[in-house]
Amino acid sequence: MGKSQENLVDIIELEKKFPIYKGILRRHVGDVHAVDGVSLSIKKRETFGLVGESGCGKSTLGRTIIRLYEPTDGKIIFMDRDITNLPERELRPIRPHMQMIFQDPYASLNPRMTIQEFISEPLRLHHICESTQIRDRVAHLLETVQLNPNFMSRYPHEFSGGQRQRVGIARALALQPELIVCDEPISALDVSIQAQIINLLQSLQEDLGVAYLFIAHDLSVVRHISHRVGVMYLGKIVELADCKNLYENPLHPYTKALLSAAPIPDPAVARKRKRVILEGDVASPIDVPQGCSFHPRCPMAEDCCQRDTPKWREVGDGHWVACHFV
Amino acid sequence: MDKDKPILKVENLVTQFHTPEGIIHAVNGVSFHLNKGETIAVVGESGCGKSVTMLSILGLIPQPPAEIMSGTACFMGKDLLKISNEALRSIRGRKIGMVFQDPMTSLNPVLKIERQLIEPMMEHKHISRQEAFDKAVDLLNQVGIPEPRKRIKQYPHQFSGGMRQRVMIAIALSCSPDIIIADEPTTALDVTIQAQIVDLVQNLQDDVGASIVWITHDLGVVAGLAQRVIVMYAGGVIEEAVVDEIYNQPIHPYTIGLLNCLPRLDREEKSKLYSISGNPPVLYDEPKSCPFMNRCQFKHDRCNVKPPLIAVNENHKVACWLADAR
Repeated sequence: MGKSQENLVDIIELEKKFPIYKGILRRHVGDVHAVDGVSLSIKKRETFGLVGESGCGKSTLGRTIIRLYEPTDGKIIFMDRDITNLPERELRPIRPHMQMIFQDPYASLNPRMTIQEFISEPLRLHHICESTQIRDRVAHLLETVQLNPNFMSRYPHEFSGGQRQRVGIARALALQPELIVCDEPISALDVSIQAQIINLLQSLQEDLGVAYLFIAHDLSVVRHISHRVGVMYLGKIVELADCKNLYENPLHPYTKALLSAAPIPDPAVARKRKRVILEGDVASPIDVPQGCSFHPRCPMAEDCCQRDTPKWREVGDGHWVACHFV
Repeated sequence: MDKDKPILKVENLVTQFHTPEGIIHAVNGVSFHLNKGETIAVVGESGCGKSVTMLSILGLIPQPPAEIMSGTACFMGKDLLKISNEALRSIRGRKIGMVFQDPMTSLNPVLKIERQLIEPMMEHKHISRQEAFDKAVDLLNQVGIPEPRKRIKQYPHQFSGGMRQRVMIAIALSCSPDIIIADEPTTALDVTIQAQIVDLVQNLQDDVGASIVWITHDLGVVAGLAQRVIVMYAGGVIEEAVVDEIYNQPIHPYTIGLLNCLPRLDREEKSKLYSISGNPPVLYDEPKSCPFMNRCQFKHDRCNVKPPLIAVNENHKVACWLADAR
């Protein structure tokens, strides 16, 4: 998939299983197949959008890529280095290049730390700058995320949700990372604040050249911010394409259903449009359906879908899909 | 539409919270009405008072810390704010059904679905257990739960989020209410499940003929659902109109901002998102000026006086001096 020089991250057949133990003897009775053989690459300065419903493994994938979880199988190449099995000691110098922004700005800031302590923690841990320079550095970071540097000595409870999310972004930026995994960074925020954060993330990318793995369930937000988009279902990526291609010419029936279910704030359009309403719920990732994992909900499923797993193949310029009928 | 007599008419509702930090003016003089068979949407961001308004009407708000200072809520010739708790209890659940945001916390985890469905019917309709049971199975069937006879014997944790919300809707419908108040019923759900629930509620309304108040922060969801939309900000109604006018000719700068800051799937543009700067006010004081003034790009001297709801035409009211100038 493309040349590795321009790729920041390449992941190949990545797998992450969480074992389930039961009984007094804690016997291993099965696995949650959270990420089930995903291959993708993220280019430098790119925003890769990852959409899917809750429980599809998109957050696990994001966390496994930056080695917050140990991958079960597969390969992660980050900045031309295989980091799949790198021990923590050797991983440490690479960690500054990969950061994360979390969903809930109320839970992700330590309530007992001032903003300065919180943002400067990574700087101190990685011995990035002299302690005399820390204040200046933090002030600069706060300005970057459009917060008043005078807020430095305040505590998280004095901030609103949007401001807290800015603090989280400032901390992620502190080490000048190449990749930031944004795990639903706006879904806990109010609508009018969401737009502020999206605009901030976009302008930071223009200025700093950072790449994002943008994980979200909101298709319209993902379309707005992403260059390429992957659609995930039950631990697998079922379709991957350029943003424009995916939204204008979706091929996988799941992508089509997701798009048609996304609300559109226009009463005339909303009344007219025909929706593909999916039956039922997402199957359990503990016993994944045989064949195509989407077949129990798929409106066009046939016998072969229950039997054979569809191949992950390229159907057009950078447009990948896993479905028998494409 | 105004020919029908309103089934619920709320006038000048004021609710405050007494907190150690001071009095929070959560709802400041809200008036609205709901016609028979109509669906209205109450839209606003968190803290705008939309839920507090509804909870005050239903007597579900803990007093103290809350206090309902003034107002009337006329339902079938009775003022819900004046009648006794017992009288209110015979209305709540029977004449007015409720569906809340989080189906996990609003169902009792230690009781089977059966008991939670049957109890309100036996209490309100004075029917036998067997009759109630048969009705309950019917209801589960109606809200699209497969194998209702088996499922009714299960506990809430055995249901997925979407299924739990269906159970909540079944409970709300069980006593054939005149009004259903749904407080962010799809916010916790995935888009495909959200589409299922919205469709379900629409179909059920056609069958049952209940009036619906749909509280939400998402202008996208209600576009195809509501006939009228009420936009709230800082504890007050700032715009009220029939659905097409809200989306096509919004007047209040806040409504315009809310609509513009949504990334849209049905539009081409991919420039910067419009964003409303600043944060919603914290309501320690009752707003004397226009509460949106500090975030508004059209503010002028007149905004120092709080604008009343000004009728632009018979179906459209706005609390903004801009409307007065037209």
